Amino acid sequence: MKTYAVLVDDVYKSFKSKSKKKKKKKKRLFLELFKQAQDRFYAVNGISFNIHYGEIFGILGQNGSGKSTLIRMISTLLTIEKGQIKVFGFDVKKDDHKVRQYINRVTVEASFFKKLSTTENLLYAASIYGLRRADAKKKIPEILGVLNLDITRLDEPLENFSRGMQQKVAIARAVLTSPSLLLLDEPTTGLDPKSKREVQKFILSICETHNTTVIITTHDMEEADKICDRIAIIDSGKFIKIDTPEGLKNAIRKNSEDVTLEDVFFKMTGKEFKSDELEDN
Amino acid sequence: MFHELLIKDIRATTGFIERNFNLIKRYIGWEIVFMVYTIVNAVTIGLIGVTSGDPNKVVYLIIGALLWGFLSIIFHEVAESISWERWEGTIEFTFMAPARRITYLLGMSTYAVIYALIRSAIVLFFLSLFFEIKLTNINIPIAVLVVVVSSFSFIGMGLIAAVFPLLSPEKGSQATHIFQAIILLISGVYYPISVLPGWMQKLAIISPATYTLRAVRAAILDGKGLNELSGDIIILIILGIILIPIGLIIFSMGERYAKKVGKLNRNG
Ligand SMILES: Nc1ncnc2c1ncn2[C@@H]1O[C@H](COP(=O)(O)OP(=O)(O)OP(=O)(O)O)[C@@H](O)[C@H]1O
Ligand SMILES: [Mg+2]
Repeated sequence: MKTYAVLVDDVYKSFKSKSKKKKKKKKRLFLELFKQAQDRFYAVNGISFNIHYGEIFGILGQNGSGKSTLIRMISTLLTIEKGQIKVFGFDVKKDDHKVRQYINRVTVEASFFKKLSTTENLLYAASIYGLRRADAKKKIPEILGVLNLDITRLDEPLENFSRGMQQKVAIARAVLTSPSLLLLDEPTTGLDPKSKREVQKFILSICETHNTTVIITTHDMEEADKICDRIAIIDSGKFIKIDTPEGLKNAIRKNSEDVTLEDVFFKMTGKEFKSDELEDN
Repeated sequence: MFHELLIKDIRATTGFIERNFNLIKRYIGWEIVFMVYTIVNAVTIGLIGVTSGDPNKVVYLIIGALLWGFLSIIFHEVAESISWERWEGTIEFTFMAPARRITYLLGMSTYAVIYALIRSAIVLFFLSLFFEIKLTNINIPIAVLVVVVSSFSFIGMGLIAAVFPLLSPEKGSQATHIFQAIILLISGVYYPISVLPGWMQKLAIISPATYTLRAVRAAILDGKGLNELSGDIIILIILGIILIPIGLIIFSMGERYAKKVGKLNRNG
């Protein structure tokens, strides 16, 4: 049997619906209230896929399509309702502690102790991943240097940093713990084009040197095209298609016209990528 | 292998403690504000005792202020660790790290005890500037033993209360404050519990602070020894043995629930 870095098998996750119409009913009847309690919507609705060792796997989807929910389940932060996820052969449900040793995650919101400095935040991260302090102290400026972050400002409170700088620190924090699986939930959102390229280059280089497996969600089609080995298109909690960037484009290409991933996305979901329907559904 | 795990646990525990002291350093303004408030509060309560003209009354009240300061800080720091982490937005990061939850809670509890000790020492220093107290027949070692033993119960209660912010981001922190206030009311911190209404006196029986205060006062004011106080000490040990595991169990149930319904998200 072939082993995968990540194996996701028919996974579901639902949350309680919060539609306003139903809230009114709540006041009316106990029975309705009971019904409403059963009223759930599926943020992740039967997703299956495998990722190979060292692969960069992209997930493209609109706001609210279930990307972060899926990533949270892989990172043991949300329980899997139905189905199974295995990371390097370990079941995320049963061996969550084992899984946590191999993963790290970067999110859109850089989640730091805002008053603490970069060094303090990163040393804290190193300690809870069991790293030697001396090793961490050596690695921190190295990683931040590669990311082109001003390493003379490491003792300033992080809240003084711009969003893009904070995002780079978040990426450094994840890489510091040498994860075998790196979960990147919109890591380049809010970065300027130059920083974006630096981060993309950095991701590619750690994959090459450490054979890190990466799952990345992004709203940047060009980015997905550039760095992903394969891309999944997600819509309303379901994967519509998984293929290489070329494969996706070929699938809709007629004759030899120039197509972009954006065209692919539109064709496959029937939706413009940058839709304004940001509301929770 | 086991050795390796232990080293990682120690690194994580010190990491949690260090992080919290770093936070104190960065929020030093607030620390000073709270410190001044606590000192003034303790001194004020001691001065109320002075009006009674009874030196023992002063000591009685000061013991209440000091002990309540110490125990409530332990409770508060442990109970609010989750709220704090939510407020900073780091809860998901901390919870997906390989450090085990028990290590996290051990780190938080150890920090809480060290922090409470430092603060209480500062308060004691300022109290000594205000009040000249002469005690003859006093049993310090027993008083210290009682305080040490009761720390465990307060850590246990803190763990139980820490689950509220895990379940409800906003209301959780409010709930822990109410919990703390009720313990203050029923445990006889500044008055004997006999002045409470009958039904409240029954509640006082289950509060560890009741035994701590009674035993420490007996040791300091009446010089009572281990023989006379062994009953209270045993009760405190039993409460600690019961409350800490209950706290851990409730906490892990709370965490499981939060992960099921998606309450760990910072906006969730
Ligand atoms: N903890 C939660 N409780 C209730 N509903 C949730 C929770 N987390 C996510 N949802 C809902 O699940 C759906 C999918 O959310 P998710 O965050 O996975 O989307 P996403 O694809 O990451 O979107 P974005 O591109 O905006 O980050 C949304 O409708 C969201 O409101
Ligand atoms: Mg998201």
